[in-house]
Amino acid sequence: MSKILKFEIDGVEIEARRGQSIMQAADDAGVYIPRLCDVEGLEPQGSCRVCVVKQNGRVVSACTQPAIEGSQVENETEEILGYRRDLVRMLYHEGNHLCPICEASGRCELQAMGYRLGITQATKYPYLQPVRPVDASHPDIVLDTNRCILCGRCIRASRDVDGKHVFEYVGRGINKRVGVNGNRLADTDVELKDRAIDLATCPVGCIIQKGQGFFAPIGERQFDKRPITLGVGPGKEKKT
Amino acid sequence: MNSRIISACRRYANDPGRLMDILLDVQRDLKGVEPAAMELIADQLGITRVEVEGMVTFYSFFSDKIKGDVVIRLCGDIVDRHAGGREIAKIFSEELGIAVGETSADGRFSLEQTPFLGMSDQAPAAMIDQTIVTCLSPEKVRHICSSLKAGVRPEGLVTAHGDGNNGHPLIRAEVSNNIRHAGEVLLCQVPANAGLHGCLLLQPRKILDELEESGLTGRGGAGFPTGRKWRVAADTPAQQRYVICNADEGEPGTFKDRVLLTERADLMVEGMTIAAFAIGSSAGIIYLRAEYGYLRAYLESVLQARREQGLLGRDISGKQGFEFDIRIQMGAGAYICGEESALISSCEGLRGEPKNRPPFPVESGYLGFPTVVDNVETFCCVSRIMDRGGAWFGGFGTGKSTGTKLFSVSGDCARPGVYELPFGITVRELLERADAAEAAAVQVGGPSGEMINMGQFDRRLCLEDLPTGGSVMVFSLHRNILEIVDYFLEFFIEESCGYCTPCRVGNVFLRKRIEKVRRGLCEREDLDYLKELGKTISMTSRCGLGRTSPNPVLSTIRNFPLVYAVLLKEHGDGVQASFDIQSALEESRRLAKRRSMIYDPNYDET
Amino acid sequence: MKKRIATVSLAGCFGCHMSLLDIDERLLELLQQVDFDRSPLNDLKRFTRRCDIGLVEGGCCNEENVHTLQEFRRNCDVLVAVGQCAVMGGLPVMRNAIMHSDDPLRECLETAYLNSDKVYNPSNRIPSDEALPLMLDKVYTLADVVKVDYQIPGCPPSGDTLWNTLKALLAGRPVELTYEQLRYD
Repeated sequence: MSKILKFEIDGVEIEARRGQSIMQAADDAGVYIPRLCDVEGLEPQGSCRVCVVKQNGRVVSACTQPAIEGSQVENETEEILGYRRDLVRMLYHEGNHLCPICEASGRCELQAMGYRLGITQATKYPYLQPVRPVDASHPDIVLDTNRCILCGRCIRASRDVDGKHVFEYVGRGINKRVGVNGNRLADTDVELKDRAIDLATCPVGCIIQKGQGFFAPIGERQFDKRPITLGVGPGKEKKT
Repeated sequence: MNSRIISACRRYANDPGRLMDILLDVQRDLKGVEPAAMELIADQLGITRVEVEGMVTFYSFFSDKIKGDVVIRLCGDIVDRHAGGREIAKIFSEELGIAVGETSADGRFSLEQTPFLGMSDQAPAAMIDQTIVTCLSPEKVRHICSSLKAGVRPEGLVTAHGDGNNGHPLIRAEVSNNIRHAGEVLLCQVPANAGLHGCLLLQPRKILDELEESGLTGRGGAGFPTGRKWRVAADTPAQQRYVICNADEGEPGTFKDRVLLTERADLMVEGMTIAAFAIGSSAGIIYLRAEYGYLRAYLESVLQARREQGLLGRDISGKQGFEFDIRIQMGAGAYICGEESALISSCEGLRGEPKNRPPFPVESGYLGFPTVVDNVETFCCVSRIMDRGGAWFGGFGTGKSTGTKLFSVSGDCARPGVYELPFGITVRELLERADAAEAAAVQVGGPSGEMINMGQFDRRLCLEDLPTGGSVMVFSLHRNILEIVDYFLEFFIEESCGYCTPCRVGNVFLRKRIEKVRRGLCEREDLDYLKELGKTISMTSRCGLGRTSPNPVLSTIRNFPLVYAVLLKEHGDGVQASFDIQSALEESRRLAKRRSMIYDPNYDET
Repeated sequence: MKKRIATVSLAGCFGCHMSLLDIDERLLELLQQVDFDRSPLNDLKRFTRRCDIGLVEGGCCNEENVHTLQEFRRNCDVLVAVGQCAVMGGLPVMRNAIMHSDDPLRECLETAYLNSDKVYNPSNRIPSDEALPLMLDKVYTLADVVKVDYQIPGCPPSGDTLWNTLKALLAGRPVELTYEQLRYD
């Protein structure tokens, strides 16, 4: 069995190593598939569903689905873009995303995904407006889970990279949220230098480093001029 | 407190993989798992407190607050509701002096609602600790409450037990089997271990061949060919393989596994043993839903008896080198654990969230080993197939759906209960047997299935037409279709694991709009919204729960268009009928102690 | 025939209206194409006739906002939610986060007028003159109250964003914004 297989994304032939996900193969080939819960260096989990594509007619998450020899993958069709817009809107309406006052505005991946997908149409979903208390107990870090999109990147970073397991999902269904290993963040061993706290980890403004808000002026922020795409993620801009 | 927690952890060798069992014991002994207990358990097992918290807050039978000495769980299912469940809840509430969701101040009682107990053929029902009470009437509830208040233990509430094994000393439950029609495969007289003994003379490959010839498909509802599934597990190289019986019968309206567990437990274990021999497994698990906890002691005794008879353990039935044993894994109240990979997560001591596929459980399942997960009824069928042969079994049913099927019929019919009939019978035939003359709508396959109208009663129950894991709920003309849809959505919202966006969030949006439709506040275009949203949820969700969760809405829009049409109004003025200025102002009027100059019509008179 | 436009700021900061002035010399071009009806720009307080387009800035935090919005919906063929407050509540919607309180509106008013360290209020009373519109229990978006045809996000949307949107609406073609013109902040 050959180690290299070939398949097509929107009619363009792509090579993949056997065992690679559609996403990995696309990344290697320089083809961008939108994503929120997946980030380089962490195990993919396939939860946000923004990376859904059609593989031989079946809707699958590109970050977890292995590439298949000779398969046809639809990435930027109207149908798929429609699903992605709905999913991004769902996340936007599930939490409190007040972009004008959010420290992450301009480097937020949820916001950038809205821009990329051109979401301007009149609001169709209701706003759920959660009212969870903000945890500002830690000297260096603020946690506002009302802005959380449950991507679990902090959970995986803390567990798999930092070896700490500071964060974990608690609750279920619409009451699912990110919990911390203690009564509040200050009771945990989380530190500013942890990968879980890195600006590249939280895609939104849920985990905020104190004293680090609004460090880039409007017009010079990560996604002010360039759409979110391969290799353009938060934390890659310079802090001043 | 500490010593009980520590001994619970020790009972399972401080193994984080047995966190379900540890938490079940702690919950039972201490009536709750508070943060201090989570901390101690985490220390004992070498994991973090937040992982324990994640488990406690996932399963609805665990709680992070202390519950009453006796926990009363009322079945909130739609059939129970139609049978007077709300009134029953009200009387419990009055008698105990607490609302649903509360614990009495003296700490004696907690009153809760649970989505589905598996007793819709004897509704309304409730679960009092591990004791099931059925066919509740107001008088009966008053009697139960006064007995409990007088100090009677829940097991003491059982005055008369049901038929068959429900009277077994280890069950003694007020539950009736309600077997209305015994078919020729499972509910007839079955010989003990005839299938297993025949198998042990065969090459394991031959068993797989026989199963494939029988055409047996999974009885849980998905309908995957069992033989093919087992073959993949057998062919995947591994040190160990697992056989898991899915006894997490949670689809509202299904209760046929309850009857099989009560009356055909040996046949089921026999089927699991055959599976073990066929795929090369030495360990099995029965995942038993918490609601069927009253059957646990009996099932343990069945396993123990089989060990003593040499039917489990080493060298089974004298077959040198064939070793297989089974443990029971209790669930803790999570419908999603009926999904095979979520069930495996739960067995591993994790939150019951489905796993990413591929790899499929048959390749990499429990603890990473190839695992065969099958329904109670499927294993029972296996035993019979290996006794009578695949061709015999294939002689029942249709081309794609062979054999007989156990249908759980409930709702508006005179003869609710379990019917074993060949696949392919029409809904009408089943309704006639169940004496459901007033049926106007039938929900086939539970909330995740399809609601059909009277014009569709000649459709057939089989994979080719209307697939079902067994749930058939009958609704008469007097029922409100949209109330049922609303309940089903509430069920999915409650039971969604929350892992993926569309299922977690989308269903909340669906339900909000259905509520608006019910209140007559919607227009024609709202139907498009429901259809589009439903499509996104079903196309993009990660597991079967999410993919089928919009079915109550989508199938009723298709099959009951008039139900929607009469509620839709074209308002035309562009104002949202759902916005209620009067209620939005109520608070302000009270605080400011004045009325509105704009919206109180008789403002000038004040 | 010239199109008629009406504009209003509800629970907003007039920032979106300021942004409209930011279209600079293009205002002259706009005035050749449209007449302004009810709008703070000409201080007309009532509709003089039916309008083609209504631009609404801000969400609804009191009864007067609701009343005005309903009038706009009744008098305008096309209703456009302009800016983040109109679209999703904006800054005022932060009040809704007090909903975990048993008495959220009271808590909100007491914090604003009595309890906060930064308050100077010698009368120690919460203003409640008859002329003041009653507050709503929470802040509502425009779409909660009426049907909205288009929305222009941004806080505020830039002059270019508003100009491009208006041009497209007046010409009856789909709104097309460049990447930099679509902003949620």
